[in-house]
Amino acid sequence: MALLDVQDLVIDIPVGGGVLHAVNEVSFAVERGETLAIVGESGSGKSLTSLAVMDLLPRVARRRAARLSFDGTDLLTIPERQMRKLRGSRMAMIFQEPMTSLNPAYTIGNQLSEALRCHEDVSAEAARARAIELLERVGIAGAGRRLLQYPHQLSGGLRQRVMIAMALMCKPDLIIADEPTTALDVTIQAQILRLLAELKKELNMAMILITHDLGVVARVADKVAVMYAGALVERGSARAVFKAPSHPYTRGLLNCIPVPGRTAPGAPLGAIRGQVPNLIGRLQGCAFRNRCDFAAPECAGDIHVEAVSPGHDVRCVRLEAQNRAVA
Amino acid sequence: MLAYTMQRLIVALSVAFTVSVVAFFLLHLSGDIAISIAGPEASPAQVEVVRHQFGLDRPLLVQYLDWLWKAVRFDFGDSFYFRDTVVSLIASRIGVTLTLGAISLLLSLVVAVPLGVLAAVYNGTIIDRLALSFSVIGQAIPTFCLGLGLIIVFSVTLRWLPVSGASSWKHYILPSIALGWYAVPAVMRLSRNGMLEVLSADYIRTARAKGLAPGVVIFKHALRNAIIPVVALAAVQFGFMLGGSIVIEAVFSMHGLGYLAWEAIARNDFPVVQAVVLILATIYVALTFLADVANAFLDPRIRLA
Repeated sequence: MALLDVQDLVIDIPVGGGVLHAVNEVSFAVERGETLAIVGESGSGKSLTSLAVMDLLPRVARRRAARLSFDGTDLLTIPERQMRKLRGSRMAMIFQEPMTSLNPAYTIGNQLSEALRCHEDVSAEAARARAIELLERVGIAGAGRRLLQYPHQLSGGLRQRVMIAMALMCKPDLIIADEPTTALDVTIQAQILRLLAELKKELNMAMILITHDLGVVARVADKVAVMYAGALVERGSARAVFKAPSHPYTRGLLNCIPVPGRTAPGAPLGAIRGQVPNLIGRLQGCAFRNRCDFAAPECAGDIHVEAVSPGHDVRCVRLEAQNRAVA
Repeated sequence: MLAYTMQRLIVALSVAFTVSVVAFFLLHLSGDIAISIAGPEASPAQVEVVRHQFGLDRPLLVQYLDWLWKAVRFDFGDSFYFRDTVVSLIASRIGVTLTLGAISLLLSLVVAVPLGVLAAVYNGTIIDRLALSFSVIGQAIPTFCLGLGLIIVFSVTLRWLPVSGASSWKHYILPSIALGWYAVPAVMRLSRNGMLEVLSADYIRTARAKGLAPGVVIFKHALRNAIIPVVALAAVQFGFMLGGSIVIEAVFSMHGLGYLAWEAIARNDFPVVQAVVLILATIYVALTFLADVANAFLDPRIRLA
């Protein structure tokens, strides 16, 4: 049984002009010890999807699903009190903005210890020892001294390491990292990613990595789910998706990346024409069809999920046309 | 922290100095003091005698420096009207005003901060709207109207509390409510807006993601940050209350500093007026300074900058 099983997740947000269908029937599963990367551009619903798993959606958002279970526990019917016990202890989250994700009024040590002590009945000294151990593990020198510092005294990279250490305080089974490196310098990005990958392996955690950076996905993900305009358009093993991208959007994304040696200097990079559609009101058909080179009349109808190969699905009715064009 | 405190202290002292200049010269702008003291029937010769007797014939700067030098040693001279020194007059009155101000401030904070937090946590619901309506109504009622209303209901009709005076703790209940009421809307709105802003901050989401209980998220993580601007406002409000207590002390016949100021103004008792203005302003400046220091304790970004 999968550690996390999400089926037909829907997130609606009532807005002035109707209902914003932020996430539409998204399904995926994460096994123990596995890394799933959810890829998509801003507004594709990838962050909301992760917040929905943690039950941390903004109050106005409405969440529905055919199934949402974590290690056999049904998260849809679980009372808030029970959910709170899972949050932070068995599933933890790392956010995009290390600069603003730590409370400016409390020391690092206070915020780290709290993460453990709100779930486990341990002494202040034990929590402190665990905090020092984890700060050292995430590569922070002088951990004992750091515990007494406030967030504003730390750089962005250090703060993100603190966030990672905080997420690990209770040894979670699942860690959700929502664009953990987006706000950091490129050199720091690589370090943080390597650290996350190592820790994941070391602690046998499952990880959901939310990103818009396909380079990141290629390095650390076992499985990939590509989201576009609130829908999951393609999913499969990272190897399969990179080898045979089968949704026009995924192909478009991959074409945007320059490849050293293959992309000539000065050559124009691939771009996807057009704009992301408005998600307010009733949606019908493929959301990508107004930007797609393979669009046909049937793209406005119901879109079924097609299997490209075992474990590799794509939400596109023009698979054959695409294959002919490539061949 | 020390550098910050020193910097705030220098600012406070320069404000206090400015206030002393204003308090001194304002009275000299209101006309010839010697004529006011001597009275309307005095002959020019008598006015000249008074002018010399009170040292009013000296250059203004000399008079100011003389007054300031005595003021810093708490010597404000004698009252023109009361047979007493200004200092002992003020000493006998200041207790009532400070007690009234402190109780009123405490009362308004105890009501306004929780109400603001509640309104923010239940933002957009009926609770929020009730709290906001309450603050609008609060702002619309003048202090003296509320004071008279309270007297009519609780003292005259129900006979639960005394009408006027300041001789027991019971005497402080109605005036404190009337005076404290004045600060509630502003403090409530600031607490509410501060909380609303903080509750949507990333670190609150982090706190929730840790699995903390809502109470811990709201009181430990949100309120601590939202309260920082409220501290500064509370100091300002306390200053306003000391000033506003002139009205309340008159309504409830409490013999405090405000009442003394009112009596002194009505009788051209300049040394008393000057001293009261200077003392109230200095308390105000001192409070602002204390609020700055308190904020440094609450916000490590100020303390450790």
